[in-house]
Amino acid sequence: MSAVTQSRYAAAYDTVAPALPGRDLPWLSKRRLDALAQFAAGGFPSPREEEWRYTNVSAIEKKLFSPLLAAPASEVDQAWIDSYRLQDAWSIVLLNGRFSAELSKLASLPDMVLVLGMAEALAQHPERVESHLGKAVADSEHGFVAFNTAWFSDGLFVHIPAKQVLAKPLQLLHVVTEPDALATTRNLIVVDPMAQAEIVETYTGADCAYLSAGVSEVFVGANADLALYKLQAESTKAYHFGGTYAVQARDARFAHHNYAFGGLLARSDIHADLDQASACLLNGLYVGGKRQHIDNHTRINHLKPYATSRELYKGVLDDRARGVFQGRVIVAEDAQKTDSEMSNRNLLLSNDAEADTKPQLEIYADDVKCGHGVTVGQLDEKSVFYLQSRGVDEETARNMLTFAFANEMVDKIKIRELHDLVLGELLQRFPQQGVEKAWL
Amino acid sequence: MLSIKNLHVSVGDKPILKGINLEIKAGEIHAIMGPNGSGKSTLSHVLSGKAGYTVTEGSVTYQGMDLIEMAPEIRAREGVFLAFQYPVEIPGVSNIYLLKAALNAVRKHHGQPEVDAMDFLTLVKNKVKLLEMDEKFLYRAVNEGFSGGEKKRNEILQMAIMEPKLCILDETDSGLDIDALKIVADGVNSLRSPERAFVMVTHYQRLLDYIKPDMVHVLAHGRIVKSGGPELALELEEKGYGWLEAA
Ligand SMILES: Nc1ncnc2c1ncn2[C@@H]1O[C@H](COP(=O)(O)OP(=O)(O)OP(=O)(O)O)[C@@H](O)[C@H]1O
Ligand SMILES: [Mg+2]
Repeated sequence: MSAVTQSRYAAAYDTVAPALPGRDLPWLSKRRLDALAQFAAGGFPSPREEEWRYTNVSAIEKKLFSPLLAAPASEVDQAWIDSYRLQDAWSIVLLNGRFSAELSKLASLPDMVLVLGMAEALAQHPERVESHLGKAVADSEHGFVAFNTAWFSDGLFVHIPAKQVLAKPLQLLHVVTEPDALATTRNLIVVDPMAQAEIVETYTGADCAYLSAGVSEVFVGANADLALYKLQAESTKAYHFGGTYAVQARDARFAHHNYAFGGLLARSDIHADLDQASACLLNGLYVGGKRQHIDNHTRINHLKPYATSRELYKGVLDDRARGVFQGRVIVAEDAQKTDSEMSNRNLLLSNDAEADTKPQLEIYADDVKCGHGVTVGQLDEKSVFYLQSRGVDEETARNMLTFAFANEMVDKIKIRELHDLVLGELLQRFPQQGVEKAWL
Repeated sequence: MLSIKNLHVSVGDKPILKGINLEIKAGEIHAIMGPNGSGKSTLSHVLSGKAGYTVTEGSVTYQGMDLIEMAPEIRAREGVFLAFQYPVEIPGVSNIYLLKAALNAVRKHHGQPEVDAMDFLTLVKNKVKLLEMDEKFLYRAVNEGFSGGEKKRNEILQMAIMEPKLCILDETDSGLDIDALKIVADGVNSLRSPERAFVMVTHYQRLLDYIKPDMVHVLAHGRIVKSGGPELALELEEKGYGWLEAA
C-alpha cells in the first residue's frame, strides 16, 4: 500500500484481520484489502465532502473503538434484549457485531428461506455472498462503506426465494454490551421476484460509548415487496453509522421506515436505485435531545421511467440537539414519467436546537412530476392556546402537540408489536397522561 | 358573575376595545351583536386569556377574581369557556383524549379525583348523542377535516363535558343550517341553569328564536352603543346598525 496511513484504525487493522470471517476466500481477502486501501487513503468522511457537510465524525477517529476478539466477560442481560425483541417474529441477534445462535430464534423458518449469520454464509454459501457483496453500494461511496467492507465481523444473510411470502417479520437485533466496542456488521438481503417480506432492524446498546457501523445491501426483485424498518435506539453515548442501500428491480416495492432516537452521533444513509415502475417509500422520524446529533441522508435514484417515490421525514429537536436531513432525488434522463415527492418537517423545542435540512432535486428528464418541501418551526401557538382554553396547562399542551407531531410517523408502522415498541420510545420522551392506546 | 368595567384593549398600538361595561349575573343570557370588526371576538379572546392583547385600562372581575391576571387554563378550570368562532384543527390529538384531559383538568382543580374510565365513556357517549354526532368523531383528531358545522358542534361537545359556568359562544350559529342550529341550540338549552351564564356573539337574530336572551347588546367600534331586551335583535335585523352608529 502506497497510501499514507492517517487513520489509527487502518494502522490497527493487522490485529483485527485474523479474527474476521472468510479468511480462506481469496476473492474476499482481495476485496477487504482494496477496501482497506480505500479507507486508509480517505479515512472516515469529512465535512469537506458535500454529503457530510453538517456532520463531523472526527470523534470516532479520536476514540479508536476496537472489535471484541473474545466473548464478553459479563453475562448478557436476556431480559433487556427481550425488551426489544418482537415475539411474533423470527429474530437474529448480533451481539457486539457477532451472530449469536443462542440468542437468536429462527425455529420453523420456511425451508426455502435462508437466514444465516454472515460468517456462516461465507462458510456455507460463499458464491451467494460473492455475487451480492458490494453490488448495491461501492466502497468508493464514502469512508464508512470502505471501512465496513474491510472490517465487517459478521452480519445477516437473508435470501427469500421467488414468490415466497414471509408470514412473520424477520428481526435483526443489534446489541452492543461493551464499552469502546466496535460492531461492524454487513447484511445482505435478497428478495427474489414476487416475494414479500418485512424485516426489522433494531439497534441498541449499553449505556456507554461504542461504535456501531453497519451496512446493509438490499436487493428487491421484480414485483417483489419489501418493508424494512429500522429502530435506532442506541445509547445516547454511542456512535452509530447505518447505511441501507437498496436496488429495486422492475415493479419492485420497497418501503423503509426509519426511527432514530439514540446515539450521541448517529448517521443513517438510505439509498435506493429505482428500475422501471418501481415504488419507493421512505419514512423517517428523528427525536433528539441533550447534545445528540442525528443525521439522515437519503438518496433516491430514478433510473428508469414510471417509478414513484414518496418521502416524509420528521424531526423533533430539543435542548442542544441537532438534526440533519439531506434528501437527494436524482431523475435520470431516461426516467420519464417519474413521480416523486419529498418532504421534511422539523419541530424545534428549544432555542439552542438546530435543524439543517437540505432537499436536492436533480432532474435530467423533462416529463416528470417532482415536488419537495421543508419546514423548520416551533409549535403552533394557536393550538397551544386552544388546548389551554380547555384547561390543559401550557407544558402539557406543548407535550401533547409534540407527541402528536411525531406520532404521525409512528402510526405508519404496520407491525403491531414494533408499533408498540416505537410508540414506547416516543412516550418515554413525551409521556401522555390518561391516554388510551386506542385513542392515539 | 362577570363584571367588565371600562375595559380598554389594544393589539400593539391599535386600540380595539374602547371602554366596555358589562354586568352578567348567573343564570342570564346575553347576546352581543354588532358589525364586522367591531371587537366581538376580541372581547371573547380577552375573556379567555389569549395572548397578544394588552389591557390598557379597566377591569374584568369573574366570581370575585381578577380574570385578567389568570392564566388561560386556570380560567378554563374556574369555568370560563369560549366556543371559538374559528376552532383550530389539531392533527394527531384525538377528540376523546382532549375531552378527557379537559375534564380531568377541571376535576383536579376542584380537588376531585380523575374520572373513572367507564364513567367517562358513558358521559361522553351521552353528550355525543345529545348533539347528534357520530361516535366516530370521538376518535378523530380534534377538528381535523371537520366541516364548519361539525367544528361548531364539537365546541359545544367540549362545553357539555367541561360544564363551565360562563359560556361564551362566538358566532357558534354562523354557517349552521337550520337543523344543525336546532341541535346546537338544544345542546345549549340543556346546559341552561341558574348557576350558569351565557354570552352569545351572533350576527343573526335567528339564533335568538331558539335561545332567548335576557339582554341584547350592540358592540360597535369597540364600545357597547346600545343595550336592550330581545326585541332589540329584531329591530337590528330590520334596520341594520347604521342608525346606532350614526347616533
Ligand atoms: N391580532 C390583531 N392584530 C391587528 N388587528 C387585530 C387583531 N385582532 C383583531 N384585530 C382588529 O380588531 C378589530 C376587531 O376584530 P374582531 O375580530 O374582534 O371583530 P369581530 O367583531 O369579532 O368581527 P366579526 O364579526 O367579523 O367576527 C378588527 O379591526 C380587527 O382587524
Ligand atoms: Mg368575530
